[in-house]
Amino acid sequence: MSFERIKEKLNILADAAKYDVSCASSGSTRANKNKGLGNSSGMGICHSYTEDGRCVSLLKILMTNHCIYDCAYCVTRKSNDIKRAAFKIQEVVDLTINFYRRNYIEGLFLSSGIFKNADYTMERLIAVAKKLREEENFNGYIHLKSIPGASDELMREAGLYADRLSVNIEVPTVSGLKLLAPDKRYEDFTKPMLKVKNEIIQYKAEKKIIKSTPKYAPAGQSTQMIIGATGESDKDIMYSATHYYQKYHMKRVYYSGYVPVAEDKRLPAIGSQVPLLRENRLYQTDWLLRFYGFHVKELLNNQHPNLDMDVDPKLGWALRNLHLFPIDINKAPKELLARVPGIGMQSVHKIMNARKFRKLNWDHLRKIGIALNRAKYFMICDSNKWEKRDLQADTIKGMILQNSTGKFRKEYSNQLQLFDKMAV
Amino acid sequence: MDNSKILIYDGSFNGFLTAVFVAFEEKIAVSDIQRESDSQNGLFSESETVITDATKAKRVWFGIDKKSHSAITNIYFAFLSEAQGVEMLLYRYIRKFFAKDKSIAFDYSDGVVLKISQLAKSVGREKHRMEAFVRFQLTKDGIYFANIEPDFNVLPLISKHFRNRYADQYWLIYDIKRKYGLYYDLEKVEIVTMDLKEIITNSVHKSKSLVDEEYDFQNLWNNYFKSTNIKSRINLKLHKQHVPKRYWKYLSEKREVV
Repeated sequence: MSFERIKEKLNILADAAKYDVSCASSGSTRANKNKGLGNSSGMGICHSYTEDGRCVSLLKILMTNHCIYDCAYCVTRKSNDIKRAAFKIQEVVDLTINFYRRNYIEGLFLSSGIFKNADYTMERLIAVAKKLREEENFNGYIHLKSIPGASDELMREAGLYADRLSVNIEVPTVSGLKLLAPDKRYEDFTKPMLKVKNEIIQYKAEKKIIKSTPKYAPAGQSTQMIIGATGESDKDIMYSATHYYQKYHMKRVYYSGYVPVAEDKRLPAIGSQVPLLRENRLYQTDWLLRFYGFHVKELLNNQHPNLDMDVDPKLGWALRNLHLFPIDINKAPKELLARVPGIGMQSVHKIMNARKFRKLNWDHLRKIGIALNRAKYFMICDSNKWEKRDLQADTIKGMILQNSTGKFRKEYSNQLQLFDKMAV
Repeated sequence: MDNSKILIYDGSFNGFLTAVFVAFEEKIAVSDIQRESDSQNGLFSESETVITDATKAKRVWFGIDKKSHSAITNIYFAFLSEAQGVEMLLYRYIRKFFAKDKSIAFDYSDGVVLKISQLAKSVGREKHRMEAFVRFQLTKDGIYFANIEPDFNVLPLISKHFRNRYADQYWLIYDIKRKYGLYYDLEKVEIVTMDLKEIITNSVHKSKSLVDEEYDFQNLWNNYFKSTNIKSRINLKLHKQHVPKRYWKYLSEKREVV
């Protein structure tokens, strides 16, 4: 192994892969077979965190950053003047194994620029995964990209070696896609998604009858959308995400604040700020949809096409629906507890358990770890002290903001000032 | 007159459970439970040294486990926190536990239960961290070696994870704070104590006991770590929150100069 050459390739091909935000290694259980190497326990491990605070769980690299496409948002598009490189199959296998043995990673995340055509590229990704599984007896986590336009046969094979498959839709709307990636057709993205979804259903059904049915992409599939590259509203993004969750049974949809990588009239200029706050609000909304029992229409609709900047989406929703509150902590069912601002699912779980023993008061709730600063306006508990004034939503919001700090506060207070000036 | 007693045990979990057994059986009014190594005689109370008895310990373990598996897990995890006075807290927890028909493991409105579950959670977090932050380095003897310095005594908790995962390589994880390690010889995991000649950190100084290519792989990893960072999203506060500074010296990706 020529370490110098590998190092150079690794720098180029890891740098190009980093805009893919998914680094999950959870959701797959794969036992270590025949005293081989590795396993997946289902919970996922972040072995490190980059200086931007993101989890490093997998060796995330491109097979190559040569690409026949010219998508405006992509750093590896063919018209971009950058250093190009390509890994050999064996090089990726060796890197993965050696990193894994040292407990650096949970496994491999392999993506690629498209060289020659979709099938040729997909074949090479599969070859790496196959070699890891069959020659190295590697049972760690493998995430492969489904290359847009890859054939059904290859997608079927890919799922037999990979734990997760993903196609990044990148642009949340079909019209945006036409604008930024004119060479790609929308169907090229959805075809492999649909194939993988159907195979997962089929393999699961067969597994019920025949125990020895092999695993097929046990950690499911995911996709990613870039945020703030084109003019979509939060509603457009979340409705689109909901569509992928429902139609293709996505395990995850990732939202990636667009990092400008090229001067292009269609996109924000290089140096524009990454919309981190917006990204954060979208993830909060995603969580409310997946774990808190919210329907997307409750949070985003024609009256409210964009999320609040200054408060989280649950608080925003609660302020618009004051008639549903206060909720009695000691009586309300789980679904309603989950809707109180300041109470997360962990706290819901603790409340449900603790209230079997005694009625809970403010002191209990504070110790359990509820954000009473927000919650107190929306709930009652075993105490005669509660918010008895008939407060308007704006007043409550003002009081909450006054008594709290937020990591993005500076950002939006600047924006608020700007709006104020404009109003004047 | 006070007939309360301090129970002294050998520091092991079995020893602690034996002490609990003895306290219950002999109806002792326990004023404290202390490790042999750091026991202090109370001025006015008598002390009794408890001899560890695996059978007695097992009876306590199964007695709790039968009623609530979460409770025994919480007790074990909290014990490994080695927190000051954790034994008495656990003793009070166990008394409460047996006093009620229903398991109290989830009564988060009770101060003792909440405290124990919080301690257990901290230990669980440290266990998870060690599963993440162990960095094996290949020695010339063909052993993947890591020295660690965890906040809590988590080696017993991570043994199974590493045994399942690295079934085809020799490995040794050594806790330099508590001076013992786990060694896997392709068959089983053993507890070992030894004189470490050197503690291997991520300093620029290269250890002679490691194979040459070890540092090549560390360099690749260090490089990868840098390449995968997105500079325009920098958030060092979050970074430090996830990877607290006290772990840095054992992480090759956090080496400054390569």
